[in-house]
Amino acid sequence: MSRYSAMFERLGLAREGAFGAFLMLGDPDLETSAALLDAVVAGGADMVEVGIPFSDPVADGPVIQAAAKRALDAGVRVDDCFELIAGFRARHPDVPLGMLTYANLVVARAGFMRDAARAGVDSLLIADVPALEAQPFVDQMIQAGLEPVLIAAANTPDATLARIASLSKAYTYCVSRAGITGTHAGGQFDAPLVERLSAAGAPPPVFGFGIATPEHVRSALKTGAAGVICGSAIVDLAAHGGDVINLVDLLKAATLNDKARNDSGAQ
Amino acid sequence: MRLSGRFGRFGGCFVPEILVPALEQLEGAFLDAQDDPAFAAELNGLLANYAGRPTPLTRCRNLPGQLYLKREDLLHGGAHKTNQVLAQAMLAKRMGKTRLIAETGAGQHGVATAIAGALLGFDTVIYMGADDVARQELNVFRMRLMGATVVPVESGGKTLKDAINEALRDWSASFATTHYLLGTAAGPHPFPTMVREFQRVIGREARAQILEQVGRLPDAVVACVGGGSNAIGLFADFLNDDVRLIGVEAAGKGLAGNDHGATLLRGRPGILHGAETYVLQDDDGQITDSWSVSAGLDYPAVGPEHAHLKDSGRADYVGATDAEALEAFKALAENEGILCAFESAHALAHALKLAEEAPDTVIIVGLSGRGDKDVAQAQALFA
Repeated sequence: MSRYSAMFERLGLAREGAFGAFLMLGDPDLETSAALLDAVVAGGADMVEVGIPFSDPVADGPVIQAAAKRALDAGVRVDDCFELIAGFRARHPDVPLGMLTYANLVVARAGFMRDAARAGVDSLLIADVPALEAQPFVDQMIQAGLEPVLIAAANTPDATLARIASLSKAYTYCVSRAGITGTHAGGQFDAPLVERLSAAGAPPPVFGFGIATPEHVRSALKTGAAGVICGSAIVDLAAHGGDVINLVDLLKAATLNDKARNDSGAQ
Repeated sequence: MRLSGRFGRFGGCFVPEILVPALEQLEGAFLDAQDDPAFAAELNGLLANYAGRPTPLTRCRNLPGQLYLKREDLLHGGAHKTNQVLAQAMLAKRMGKTRLIAETGAGQHGVATAIAGALLGFDTVIYMGADDVARQELNVFRMRLMGATVVPVESGGKTLKDAINEALRDWSASFATTHYLLGTAAGPHPFPTMVREFQRVIGREARAQILEQVGRLPDAVVACVGGGSNAIGLFADFLNDDVRLIGVEAAGKGLAGNDHGATLLRGRPGILHGAETYVLQDDDGQITDSWSVSAGLDYPAVGPEHAHLKDSGRADYVGATDAEALEAFKALAENEGILCAFESAHALAHALKLAEEAPDTVIIVGLSGRGDKDVAQAQALFA
């Protein structure tokens, strides 16, 4: 069973939503980045999503753009990112790890997917490869032993959701609103999208974009989504030297349902 | 999508999923308009009576050889950009959009978009790299005079590529009300195909004009290539003729170093701004900053159809350095009384080399824009 499947099964039994923490690898340097990866796990993240810094991140807002720039300015290379991941994998053998990046990095470097899988990456999402263009990339991911993750949005038509369902594995990345990554919430977690994905037989829906507070986490999970991913809020806090463990702990607590919270309170 | 959006292995639609429905809507509107005689009639009316088409084909009187200049510099707005901007703005109307956003490098596309915004009643926002804002002050003021908002982009190399990034980010939140009026034959499908079709008028006119003036087809057609819209527009109607097609890229400070914009000559295939195409990049795939004295050629990718024309061998791509372009700019001013854009001067520089080698060669040169915007920079460079 894959790490993602095992995680969703465990959380399903515990009636919890999955909490995913996003970090930009190499931000602001390799050593701090390794420590931040450990910090989000210590805070209770169920899954960790990592970005590979890219010079032209068109799907990202100012916080993630700045994170990528810090890493690139520090001279971080793709190989350094794979080493960070290998170190993470050795310390956290069971935590699902997804990679989020852009197409040019994947095609530019020979053996990108193979090396990602060897380092211990479980899934790969390429922000600028929509379902329309995904087939050859998905074929290579499967061959390399990576689980493909695709993005779905409220405006994605049913035919495309069906395609996403047939192409992807680990989870489905649902964008909570139009636009780019960032901490400002849309507050529009689209319940019909979750239902449509479920009807299409897609992998578990996880909401990203604009998740910054426990309220966002709760309203995202109310749609029936299997989890949430928080990126900009964590990255921004880390950039200002804030307590990342505490933030992750706070947001993870919001993924427990009332029953689970009461149970843990009774212990 | 109804069309493949591919040129051989190049092209495609590499955008975040959220933008795919907007591009499908655009493709649908474009194809419907192509089949609608009323659209063609309105566009042709605007091109003739507002923008000033057809533009002349001018034979150089004093420069050596047989050079024929396709005078897009005389088009309203001062460059070929106006052709396709009017067409896209009309499509935006058909789609019910109320706001236009655009990127600009030299400012010519921004000016053209501001023109269309004022004429057809759009709220217009132009993204422009902060460095380009500084070197093209006059065009910034022009855009503002026509009611557009100019947003300086401070990220990355602060040039055209960064302006495109920012426009894409805006569009991924605003597509419901906003049309992204991309300025060149690059980007995701359907832009490369659509922009070529709306710029095809350049080559269609030039082909008829050279047949009328010389009585035969030219030996070569030469155009500068940044994103590549004026070149693809000039080439399109010659593709099936026995005519050499030559695209001239910005060789900047020389092709040996990194300070150039010669994507087809020095880049390798990759994916940037929605398309698989040639890209200037490092070993990891990070996009490298380009350089050219002309802001309009300062771009590390290129339209995917040019990538295909290069690989298929149908067109040749060469470079002209900053210095060669400036020489040609001066030569045209001194000998013909025409101030051309620095971008167009790259095409002229190569055409002058060809004319020197073979004076009998009939050459059409795409004079894509006028040089008023570059006069202040020329003054500083020639001082």
